[in-house]
Amino acid sequence: MRIGHAACLILLSLVLLMAACTDKQPVRQTVRGPGKPAYGDAIVVGSIGDASNLIPLLASDTPSFEIAGYVYNGLVKYDKDLNLVGDLAESWDISKDGLTITFHLRKGVKWHDGVEFTSADVLYTYRVTIDPKTPTAYSEDFKQVKRAEAPDRYTFSVTYGKPFAPALASWGMNILPAHLLEGKDITKSELARRPVGTGPYRFKEWVAGQKIVLDAYKDYFEGEPYIGRYVYRVIPDNSTMYMELKAGGLDMMGLTPVQYQRQTDTPDFKARFNKYRYPASAYTYLGYNLRNPMFADKRVRQAITSAINKDEIIHGVLFGMGQVAHGPYKPGTWASNPNIKDFDYNPARAKQLLAEAGWRQVNDDGVLVKDGKPFTFTILTNQGNDQRLKTAQIIQRRLKNVGIDVKIRVLEFASLLTNFIDKGNFDALIMGWTTTQDPDIFDVWHSSKTGPKELNFIGFKSKEVDRLIEEGRGTFDTEKRKRCYYRIQEILADEQPYTFLYVPDSLPVVSSRFRGIEPAPAGIMYNFIKWYVPKEEQVY
Amino acid sequence: MLRYLIKRLLMLVPLFLGITLITFTVIHLAPGEPVEMQTAMNPKISAQTRQKLREYYGLDKPLHIQYGRWLTRLSKLDFGRSFASDNRPVIDKIKERIPVTLSLNIIALVLEFGLAIPIGILAATHRETLLDKGITIFVFLGFAVPTFWLALLLMYLFGVKLGWLPISGLHSLGSEGFTPVHWLLDIGRHLFLPIAVATFGSLAGLSRYMRANMLEVLGQDYITTARAKGLAERAVIYRHALKNALLPVITLLGFSLPGLIGGSVIFETIFAIPGMGQLFYMGVMARDYPLVMGILVIGAFLTLVGNLLADLCYALADPRIRHGG
Repeated sequence: MRIGHAACLILLSLVLLMAACTDKQPVRQTVRGPGKPAYGDAIVVGSIGDASNLIPLLASDTPSFEIAGYVYNGLVKYDKDLNLVGDLAESWDISKDGLTITFHLRKGVKWHDGVEFTSADVLYTYRVTIDPKTPTAYSEDFKQVKRAEAPDRYTFSVTYGKPFAPALASWGMNILPAHLLEGKDITKSELARRPVGTGPYRFKEWVAGQKIVLDAYKDYFEGEPYIGRYVYRVIPDNSTMYMELKAGGLDMMGLTPVQYQRQTDTPDFKARFNKYRYPASAYTYLGYNLRNPMFADKRVRQAITSAINKDEIIHGVLFGMGQVAHGPYKPGTWASNPNIKDFDYNPARAKQLLAEAGWRQVNDDGVLVKDGKPFTFTILTNQGNDQRLKTAQIIQRRLKNVGIDVKIRVLEFASLLTNFIDKGNFDALIMGWTTTQDPDIFDVWHSSKTGPKELNFIGFKSKEVDRLIEEGRGTFDTEKRKRCYYRIQEILADEQPYTFLYVPDSLPVVSSRFRGIEPAPAGIMYNFIKWYVPKEEQVY
Repeated sequence: MLRYLIKRLLMLVPLFLGITLITFTVIHLAPGEPVEMQTAMNPKISAQTRQKLREYYGLDKPLHIQYGRWLTRLSKLDFGRSFASDNRPVIDKIKERIPVTLSLNIIALVLEFGLAIPIGILAATHRETLLDKGITIFVFLGFAVPTFWLALLLMYLFGVKLGWLPISGLHSLGSEGFTPVHWLLDIGRHLFLPIAVATFGSLAGLSRYMRANMLEVLGQDYITTARAKGLAERAVIYRHALKNALLPVITLLGFSLPGLIGGSVIFETIFAIPGMGQLFYMGVMARDYPLVMGILVIGAFLTLVGNLLADLCYALADPRIRHGG
């Protein structure tokens, strides 16, 4: 007892001590208005994880791709409105039959070591990607290529066996320097630790587990970036990162919804930082194992969707920082069908649909029964994702109201994959997908992808969807593709193989000394080389 | 003594092999493979690619062959290459992180022993007084308070509110250009909070142990004799009692040896210190077998050596064991 009291006293005094410490952080005097663009200063960006391999072909983690994005270029890239535009390629032609793409490359582009970039680099990158000895995860799109050639130093053309719409976007992959890699074992190349690219920033230093430093590349073909240095700091804990931001050790990070909503609304914070908010390219869903007889009837799936209040989940889990998902595309992108509305929250309708499907209320415990079996199932989700767990709990409660008994099981990701998903050994799961810019959804929804370790693990099979997916990826005509994807969304909204739950928001925060940031459908990073800090506000 | 030493050394070999065999089996029993962790949920992976990757890492071979290969490499002191996508030699990855972890742990260990022993003695000699109770509360508080919570509070106080200390990492930005003195000072400022928190959290065990030992010794007949013959209390405690009370501490010191290269994941994560704890944790999560085995082997080796050293020191310090053995 005595220990308890003393501990309370000490804790209390600790808390009081902290409360007594007033905010001594000097409010940085910011010049209002845009100021004058100036070269120099540095940006320090926080990241949860360290990069692993700066040859992006061999990497599979976000930090590696983020860094590679500054160091390398692709032939094409997405502009601020998510249209494909030239990057290392100035322009391209697609042959009438849609089989051959010819890229016309920029002239005079220099690698960071001064050697000129040519079509030989593109050809090498293609060859090493499809080389069976290269342990890469990204060769699939390029295996569709029947012939690749470089007729001269500034032309590169590829021919496909059949028209393949995602092909163009696939050439956004980072082009590697042939003169440094050709004839060597790419897995043992030192470029993995000190990359050489053509991008706006050149590699300076990597201290494992601590930071990666990049310097502005003066001869960048789109002009020298204003911000002279880019520092990528590894801070594995989000709370620490947030304090580091407030203490001035970081200039940019991604906020959590609670930080965005509840902890950053002070005048001091608003003077020192600008918050941004736009939908992320991802969605979270509740997927049903369609091989399970319990979910075979689409009325049951429709009923579950009707019983779930998606707005409540967004409010409770994301603090309102997200929007309801109705299909597999990010709202506002060209493939996303704005007229799709799946089932609104309507428990009465849910009960009616369940009754139609033959589920009856017979027991006292309120759980529905059909053929003597109670309606009870388990939702699986992966460990370490608090948002998914909370979502599961809210769903659990809502489904109880309509007579469905839900259990929740949280598993380590590896175990969830191998023991449950790969074996088709699950009832339902809450997971998320990242959406790509190209709307091709072959891998997740085509009936040929229902095998073990494939991504249509819920076993969704629809002849019409198969046909539409094939048609959509087989033409470069955007209008035609749009019609296919609009129809697919109608089918999915009716079939409800997933209950699409929400699209979260990206919530980046950037120090207010950085100017020139213009939020667009592509986010804020697309014009990073045009960001600047007015001379009088530069810190580093 | 020599025969004892040789016997002990010979026993280490089967013990070590047994440890590696068990750990190798256990880590492979965990569901999921490195290839899966790299390729999971990636729409761009085909079954052929996955198979190709498995062959590349030698995962398509039966487990005993994999173990044989691993052991053969190990006998040449080759820990192999990491299965993570950087594909670097395991030994490089460990080397990169050991200095930080080792220096942090040594400083914390010195502080721990340097503080806990006097605290334990003090508590024992002032048994049941207010001082003893105060000390008890203090050390148990350190033991009971979650490290991450305390760390976050202190970071908020000293880093954000007062601005006295840096919050995380090891160096300030631009520390490459500092003078050596300034550079050291910079590291010191960065390490202050982590070491303070680590030491505070570890005082309880050792100081309570020391207190108990001391109390036991103080109750012995020869202490009563010493007091009876009129020795000063200082001489009784520090010359006669302390020597014997410290004996078991030697064992503890030996046990601390493997801990020197092990780091705490939570701790390193909170303070953004790139140490062994994080490396190991990420290795396990990614099923990076060579890396995990590499760290475990070094850990097992140090444990065995630590135990041996503790036993030997014990024998040196205590004639009863030396002659009895």
